[in-house]
Amino acid sequence: MILLELFLTFLKIGAFTFGGGYAMLPLIQEEVAAHGWLDSAALVNFVAVSESTPGPFAINIATYVGTETGGIPGALCATLGVVLPSFVIILLVAKGYEKFRNSKIVRGCMTGLKPAVVGLIGASVLSVGQTVFFPDGLLSVAFTGTAIWISLAIFAVCAVFTFRKIHPILVICLSAALGIAAGYAGLLG
Amino acid sequence: MPDKAARAVRSRALTLFLTFLKIGAFTFGGGYAMLPLIQREVVDKRGWITNDDILEVVAIAESTPGPIAVNAATFVGYRTCGVFGALLATVGVVLPSFVVILAISFVLREFESLTAVQYAFCGIRAGVLALIFKALWSMYKQCPKNALSYTVMAAAFVLVAFLGADVLPVIIGCAAVGLVVSLYQGRRKL
Repeated sequence: MILLELFLTFLKIGAFTFGGGYAMLPLIQEEVAAHGWLDSAALVNFVAVSESTPGPFAINIATYVGTETGGIPGALCATLGVVLPSFVIILLVAKGYEKFRNSKIVRGCMTGLKPAVVGLIGASVLSVGQTVFFPDGLLSVAFTGTAIWISLAIFAVCAVFTFRKIHPILVICLSAALGIAAGYAGLLG
Repeated sequence: MPDKAARAVRSRALTLFLTFLKIGAFTFGGGYAMLPLIQREVVDKRGWITNDDILEVVAIAESTPGPIAVNAATFVGYRTCGVFGALLATVGVVLPSFVVILAISFVLREFESLTAVQYAFCGIRAGVLALIFKALWSMYKQCPKNALSYTVMAAAFVLVAFLGADVLPVIIGCAAVGLVVSLYQGRRKL
């Protein structure tokens, strides 16, 4: 029952990711791979699509994975799943939000959750890095061909621009142009 | 009289929906990028909530799960028009993403096989890695710098990256560790 599976998986993603944006990436990566819904390159490609289209990453990825696996009903189930936990929890705390925010239990959990998200995104950087630099596995193509050096160069250029606060959409356009240039120059193998 | 009041609520609800539809349609990247727009539309233009409420929205969004945009929409909607308002604002903020991605996913499949697109995505993946790396850096900077923080950070990283642990139990475990340590420290101070 693919629709129920989509709904429950994205309900889990919506209920257990704190901090928004890329904080959701580690759990999404794991779930999407475990279900075989998207391969890792397709997921990284989609991060770029999501940055270049309106709306939050979580909604975009839910709609996309839903459409790819279950058509429009799939998109509805996945998106509803990812939104529902936020919606319900905010309604529950909206009245007594000061009490909620200042409660010792919430604050205590947050002291563990904030650094956890940093560690988890660190793990995501590593696995996305593997997808970018060693797409066929660590040992098969290690340090043969020019593709890995081109990828490294594009990463370095983009990192410089990103840290200088150039808008993500411009960084994505730049990386696409560099990729096309390198490809037609025969450097991507 | 109740008729007039009902109409006022209805028009307010419609404005709420359209406002969040606009916010959803014009913020790229989501999350914190939405806050200035929410501030302009909901505080400056409509006066539905105050700037202090916006700070509350940020604090609450950070300590509740889910996308920040949804948290903010639900909160502002509820404060403005009750549960019905929360529903309208949330549907409004989600709808543009949903429609755009639905359209794109059909187009994406058509173009994926083109050589130029494959080359472009080869470059784009390296660019995305840079963006995620930047996100990691900003989140690291926002994190408190103490022994507990560094330990949890390292443990979560090693468990997931090298020991193949599942993400969900790591998230729950880290929250539990944070809770236990901070309650213990709180008690010792008394």
